[in-house]
Amino acid sequence: MNNIVIVARKEIQEGLRNRWVLATTLLLGALALTLSFLGSAPTGNVGVNQLDVVIVSLSSLTIFLVPLIALLLAHDAIVGEIERGTMLLLISYPIGRRQIIFGKFLGHLAILAFATLFGYGTAAAALAMTGTEIGLASWWAFLAMITSSILLGMVFIAIGYVTSALSSERSTAGGIAIGVWLFFVLIYDMALLGVLVAAEGRPLPTGLLDGLLVLNPTDAYRLLNLGSGEAGALSGLGGIAGHTGLSGPMLVAALIAWIVAPLALTLRIFSRREL
Amino acid sequence: MTAPTVTLSGVAKRYGRIEAVKDVSFELEQGQTVALVGHNGAGKTTLIKLMLGLIRPTQGTVQVLGEDPARGDFAVRQRLGYLPESVSFHMALTGRETLAFYARLKRVDVSDIAGLFERVGLAPAAADRAVRTYSKGMRQRLGLAQALLGSPRVLLLDEPTSGLDPALRRNFYELVSGLRSAGTTILLSSHALTELEDRTDRVIIVNEGVAIADGTLEKLRGIARLPTRISVTLADGARIATPNGGQVAWKAVRNRTFEAEVAPENKISILRDVTADPAAVAALHVVEPTLDELYAHFLGGRGMMR
Ligand SMILES: Nc1ncnc2c1ncn2[C@@H]1O[C@H](COP(=O)(O)OP(=O)(O)OP(=O)(O)O)[C@@H](O)[C@H]1O
Ligand SMILES: [Mg+2]
Repeated sequence: MNNIVIVARKEIQEGLRNRWVLATTLLLGALALTLSFLGSAPTGNVGVNQLDVVIVSLSSLTIFLVPLIALLLAHDAIVGEIERGTMLLLISYPIGRRQIIFGKFLGHLAILAFATLFGYGTAAAALAMTGTEIGLASWWAFLAMITSSILLGMVFIAIGYVTSALSSERSTAGGIAIGVWLFFVLIYDMALLGVLVAAEGRPLPTGLLDGLLVLNPTDAYRLLNLGSGEAGALSGLGGIAGHTGLSGPMLVAALIAWIVAPLALTLRIFSRREL
Repeated sequence: MTAPTVTLSGVAKRYGRIEAVKDVSFELEQGQTVALVGHNGAGKTTLIKLMLGLIRPTQGTVQVLGEDPARGDFAVRQRLGYLPESVSFHMALTGRETLAFYARLKRVDVSDIAGLFERVGLAPAAADRAVRTYSKGMRQRLGLAQALLGSPRVLLLDEPTSGLDPALRRNFYELVSGLRSAGTTILLSSHALTELEDRTDRVIIVNEGVAIADGTLEKLRGIARLPTRISVTLADGARIATPNGGQVAWKAVRNRTFEAEVAPENKISILRDVTADPAAVAALHVVEPTLDELYAHFLGGRGMMR
């Protein structure tokens, strides 16, 4: 078995054992169910496709929760093992430091993907079971939403690794991770809103707006899921989306860049770190 | 004679302003059991990490089984076993899962691990419990088990007997002598000098990053020229013999028991004189300098040189 797979397997095993997998799946599932049934009440009979409503509410949930879960999983990955002393033994084995990082990434990705797929999947399944009619296009949009949620999770796992590789103590890594979460999920958008207000209704140059949206992975995610189609109309984000020159593939590329760059940085920092 | 399994030449390691290891050179031969001793902070762990390739020397070279352990495809590490000082594991996994994980990384058949648990004295019931529930000694045994995975040719054990009870210590040294006869090179660092006596082929004493003494116990005793202590209890009515023109300073320690510290070269002749009349001697003890005393001697000499 490949070293990366061996490490990933151990991460999953640990995740199952310390109830991470169970807790995140239940949390996402419970919130998704609540949101989809609460959300369907007011718009219930106006002919809007119900699953599209669910997509909008779940996307908003994802923006808050998935980065948080990913950072909680990831911030401990390197510094935690160093602090507990398990890393010293691990690197004395015939395994490269890259393989350790990729293995952990694969394992954490699997945990997050499982939780998202099954947590959110229950909401869709419950909706389908209540006899609501769901169009094929909506199913595709739902699947795209789950996939992009997992992508967003990968972004924040990678960012979490950077904080973990940089910190000399777990608590520092945890603090930085919370700061990162606040920044991307709350502060950045508030600042962006402030800029838009200060512009007094004059539209920002498209290039600048595009850049600002892509510089925050949660905004890229938001635009990807809420910017177009039925969801765009429902969320009201269709307006902004109309002003940007960002297409779906470009947003996906931005998210992928947000995964690759922090991972590369992690590898660089970790391979130089002495322990 | 085969090539040495571990070679350090002119190795130095600096952590910022701390020189943890300064210009250390030695070779370890196949099948040798070597003790690495020294005060806290002397540089023992740093030397072991250098041999594992976990850190790179600031100067000099390290060769293990003919290769630089810090470089390349880590093929060398497959044939190395390492027990870190105060070893720790993933708490949520069971002992068996832990060992299986390390076995896979070393490409060792996972079915071999049951035998390892037995070798280190970890009961099957304990092996299926989470490591979180282990006592320190059990963790140490699990640590030893992972070091033995894949029958390594070089074992680097950092304070292997810390946390083991006396019975397990004996068990551990039996394990070591079994491995030694199989040709494994074993380097173990320790503070418990008395238990190393008669169990190591060679002792390397490090102090402040410098190897200040290196050799078999016999050789070190020869260099140190520490006196041998002879204690004689006389039979009723006998008198202590005063050989060498009365040069031996016999001290009466108890009723009819005398003690003297004699130089190594006079030892035999004094013993002959004392035992010239077997009927006069009720008891005789010859105490060679212990490893503890040797250690104190070398470190003391070092202290005076500064
Ligand atoms: N990562 C590090 N960063 C800075 N200094 C270090 C580091 N590791 C070790 N040192 C320093 O190097 C010196 C040697 O440490 P080392 O751990 O090798 O000692 P030791 O002989 O194993 O001691 P002990 O018997 O306490 O285990 C000490 O002065 C220590 O403070
Ligand atoms: Mg040490």
